[in-house]
Amino acid sequence: MTDHDARIIVIGAGHNGLVCAAYLARAGHEVTVLEAAAEPGGAAVTREFAPGFRVPACAHLLYLLDDGIRKELALDKHGLRMARSGLVSIGLDPDGGHVRIAGASVGGVADADQEAMQAHHRRMRRFAHIIGRLHNRQPPRLGTTDRRDLASLARLALDIRTLGRTEMREFLRIAGINIYDVLQERFENPVLKGALSLDAVLGTFLGPRSNNSVFCALHRLSGGGDYALPAGGMGAVTAALASAAREAGAEIRTGSPVARILVDHDRVSGVELDDGEWLPAAKVVSSADPRATLHGLLGARHLEAGFAHRVGNIRMRGCAAKVHLALDGMPEFTGLDAAGAGERLLIAPSLEYVERAFNHAKYGEHSAAPVAEMTLPSLHDDSLAPAGQHVLSAVVQWAPRNLKQGWADARAAFLDTVIDTMARYAPGIREQILHAELLTPEDIERQFRITGGHWHHGELSLDQFLMMRPVPGAGQYATPVPGLWLCGAGSHPGGGVMGSAGRNAARAIVGSNRE
Amino acid sequence: MRTVRFDRRDHYRHKVFPSPFHARQQAHNELKVWSRWFDYLSVPAYTCAQMEYFAGRNACGVFDLTPMTKHRVSGPDALPYLNRLLTRDVGKIRPGRVGYSVWCTDEGQVIDDGTVFHLREGEYRICSQEHQIDWFLISALGFDVEVVEETHDVAALALQGPTSCATLKRMGLDGIENLTPFGLAHFDFQGTQLMVSRTGYTGDLGYELWIDPGHAEPLWNRLFEAGRLLGIKPMGSEALDLLRIEAGFILAGVDFMPAQQTVRPTHTRTPFELGLGWLVDFDKPVFNGRRALLAARERGPRYRLVRLDIEGNKPAHHSYVYSTRNKNIGWVTSAMWSPSAKANIALATVAAPHGEPGEEMRIEIYYQRELKWSRMMASARVVEGAFYDPPRRRETPPLDH
Repeated sequence: MTDHDARIIVIGAGHNGLVCAAYLARAGHEVTVLEAAAEPGGAAVTREFAPGFRVPACAHLLYLLDDGIRKELALDKHGLRMARSGLVSIGLDPDGGHVRIAGASVGGVADADQEAMQAHHRRMRRFAHIIGRLHNRQPPRLGTTDRRDLASLARLALDIRTLGRTEMREFLRIAGINIYDVLQERFENPVLKGALSLDAVLGTFLGPRSNNSVFCALHRLSGGGDYALPAGGMGAVTAALASAAREAGAEIRTGSPVARILVDHDRVSGVELDDGEWLPAAKVVSSADPRATLHGLLGARHLEAGFAHRVGNIRMRGCAAKVHLALDGMPEFTGLDAAGAGERLLIAPSLEYVERAFNHAKYGEHSAAPVAEMTLPSLHDDSLAPAGQHVLSAVVQWAPRNLKQGWADARAAFLDTVIDTMARYAPGIREQILHAELLTPEDIERQFRITGGHWHHGELSLDQFLMMRPVPGAGQYATPVPGLWLCGAGSHPGGGVMGSAGRNAARAIVGSNRE
Repeated sequence: MRTVRFDRRDHYRHKVFPSPFHARQQAHNELKVWSRWFDYLSVPAYTCAQMEYFAGRNACGVFDLTPMTKHRVSGPDALPYLNRLLTRDVGKIRPGRVGYSVWCTDEGQVIDDGTVFHLREGEYRICSQEHQIDWFLISALGFDVEVVEETHDVAALALQGPTSCATLKRMGLDGIENLTPFGLAHFDFQGTQLMVSRTGYTGDLGYELWIDPGHAEPLWNRLFEAGRLLGIKPMGSEALDLLRIEAGFILAGVDFMPAQQTVRPTHTRTPFELGLGWLVDFDKPVFNGRRALLAARERGPRYRLVRLDIEGNKPAHHSYVYSTRNKNIGWVTSAMWSPSAKANIALATVAAPHGEPGEEMRIEIYYQRELKWSRMMASARVVEGAFYDPPRRRETPPLDH
C-alpha cells in the first residue's frame, strides 16, 4: 500500500476541515472527517437558541469566503445562497447622527470626510489586495533555496513594488502600525473613525492604538469587503461544504470526538476516539487550532522542545463574546429607518470609546461600555424567527477569556451591560427581549473546542502571518511530525470563514504525495 | 538552603556567594586571589597552579565543585523527559550510575554538555557548565516531571588523583574501592548523607563528593585529615583546566560555543562536529534536535574538534591551524605543555574534511621572551584518545598508589 492509497483522517468538520476533505477526496484520497459535535459546521453553524429562534452561533457574517472554492466545489449547487449581500456598515451614533459606509462612499459626514474616504478606501483596497493574493498560496519559507519558496517571495516583493514609489512607501509605513494614527490623519467625524477602527480590532486582543491593527483591517478587507448573510445562517455554508465533501467521496462521522493522535516511532499512525476506538491512518489533518492539535491531541512530548514552546506562545487570547437576542418585534434604533436596521450595525461611536472599551481587557476585566457588531439576519431570512419576531446576533468586545473575577460571576452583569449599551441606540429593546444568550470566550472554547475561545485560532498579526503562522516550522501546513498536517484557521491565511487554509493544506498534502 | 528567591527585591546584593567551603578555602588561599564562577567565589590557584596540577596527577587534589550548575529531575515522567531532552538513551543509565551527555536545540546544535546522575530509581541530577534551568523548564512542557535547580542546595568537592581512593578509605568510606568508574554510592557522614561518585574532569582516578552545605566544612576537614599523609592539596581552577586538557575533555564556552549564547549560525556545533556522535542515539523516536541531526549526519560535519600533538614545547595558545598546503583551516581552543604526557598538546577546531586521525597540520605559534614576540610554524598531528590516560583511571579496586 502506498501513501496515496492510505486513508487520510481530517479532524474537525468546520469549514476548513470540510474544504480540505473535499479537495483531498476530489484528488482521489480516501478521507474520513471526524467531528466531535452532533452536526458538521464547527464555528460556522446555525443553531436554535430559543424555541423558534435560530442564529449563527459563532461567526455571523460571510466576507472572506474564497470565490475559487465556492466555484470549484460548486457550493451554489449544494444549496448555498445569500439572503443578502452587500451589507452597508452603519456606525451608530447615540444621538442619531449615524454614518453609512458602503465601500468608498460614506453618508452622514462632511464633504471633506467623503473625499478622504474615497482616497482611504482606494488605498486600503489596493493594499488589502496584496494580502488577498497571498491567501491561496502556500507561504514561502525563509532561508531556503527551494525554487517555489523563492518564486513566491519574489512575487510578494513584486506585488509591493508595483504599487509604485508613493504607494509602496505608504504601504510599508502603515502596514505595521495602528489604525488610530491612520484614521486621525485622514478623518474628522468621530463616528466614522470609531466605526472604521472597529473593523481593525474585531475578534482581536488589540485596541485602535495597538500596533498591527491596520494589518487586521487589511486582512478583513482582503476578500473584497463585501458582507453577506447566507440564507439559513452561517450553517448553510458548512452544510453546502459537507454536501460537496460527501459528493466527492469523503465520509463525515459526527459525534466522534478525537481523544488523541497516535504516533508510532515519530510518525502519525492514526487517531484514538473518546470512546476508545482506534482509527489507523497514514496521514492526519487537523482543523483544530494549533495548540489543541499539537499540545492537546498529539502531546508536546512528541515534539522537540523549541517547537513545542513556540506553539505554547502563540497569542490566542479570545476576547470576543457572542450575544443572541430573541426579539418580540422589530427593534427601533433612534434615527434609523427599518431598512437601515437590516444592515451591519456598529456600536463604536468614537476612537476613544473603542480604545477605552479595550483598556479593560488589558487588566482582565470586561468592557464597561462594550463595542458591538450587530446584525438582524431575520430581516432578510424568515427561516430564522417566527413571523413578526426577530433575532439579533452581535459580536461584543471586550470580554477576555481569562476574566479576573471568573465568568461564572460576571455573566449576568456583562449581558446586562451589553443590553444597556444597545438600549442607548434602540431605547425599547430591553422590553422586546424574549430570550437572551451570552457566549463568552470560555463558552466558545468549550462548545467549539477552540483554545482560548479565539475565533481565528490565533491572533491575526504580522508576527503570526504567512510563514510565521501558526509558528515557524509549521508554516507550510506540515508539522514536524511526519504525517501530521494542519488545515485550520491557525494556519495561513487565517481566520474568518474563508476556507483557504483548508484548500492550501489539501494542495500541500496532494503535492507531497507526488514528490 | 540558599536557593535564590528572585521575588526578594535585594537578591542582587547577594549575587556572588561565598562557597560553603569558603572559610577553609580562605585559610588555604595563600595568593589571596579570587575569581567568580557564576554565583560563587572560586579560587584560581591556592599556592601555585603547577604544584596543584602535580598534586592532582601524583597525589590528590581537592577542587570545590559547588558552583557547578546542578539540577534535580524527578517525577513519574523523569525518564521520558530526559530521553527527549538529551541525545543519548538515558534508559541505559541504571540507578547508581552516571552518564555523560550533551543536549541540543531543535536545530541539532549543542547547548551544553554535562553529567547525568541516576541517584535512585526515577530520580536524577544533571550537572552542567552553563545555567540551563530555562531550557530544562521549557522542555518540561507536557511531562509530569519536577525540574529544579539545586546548585545552592548541594555542596560538592572533587577529589582527584592516584591517592584519592586511599584517602576515602582512610576517611572510613567502607567499600569505596569497589565503586566502578561512573558509579555512585551513598554513605553516612555525621548523620547526613554523603554521596560519592567515581567521576571527575581530570581523566584520572578520582571521585566527586556531594553533601548538604551545612556539612561542607566538616567534610573538608575530615578529607584533609584523612589525606594528610597522602599528599592531599587544595586545587584551583587553573590546575583543573590543565588536567582536563590532558584528558582531552572539552569545555563549553572555550572549546565550543553553547548554541543558545551564539548569534552567528555557523559558530554553533553539532555533537558530530565535537567528536561526540557516539552520544547521539537515533533509535529514540524523539529527542531535541533529532530531525536536524539526521540531516546533519547525512550532510557530514562542517567542522571537527581535534586533539593535536604539536612539535616543540611552546604552548599553541590561540593559534591558527594550517593544512600542510598552508591553507588556514582552523584555530586552537585549548593548549598546554603536558608534563604527564611529555607533549605539546592542544584542542582545535578545523574545517571538515580536515581533521582525520593522523593528519599532519601546521600551527602558527606566537610566543614572547622578555617582551619580544617571536613566531614559529610548528608541525602537528591529529591524535585520537586522551593525551594522558593512566590505567588507574579504570582500575577497580584501585591500587593504593
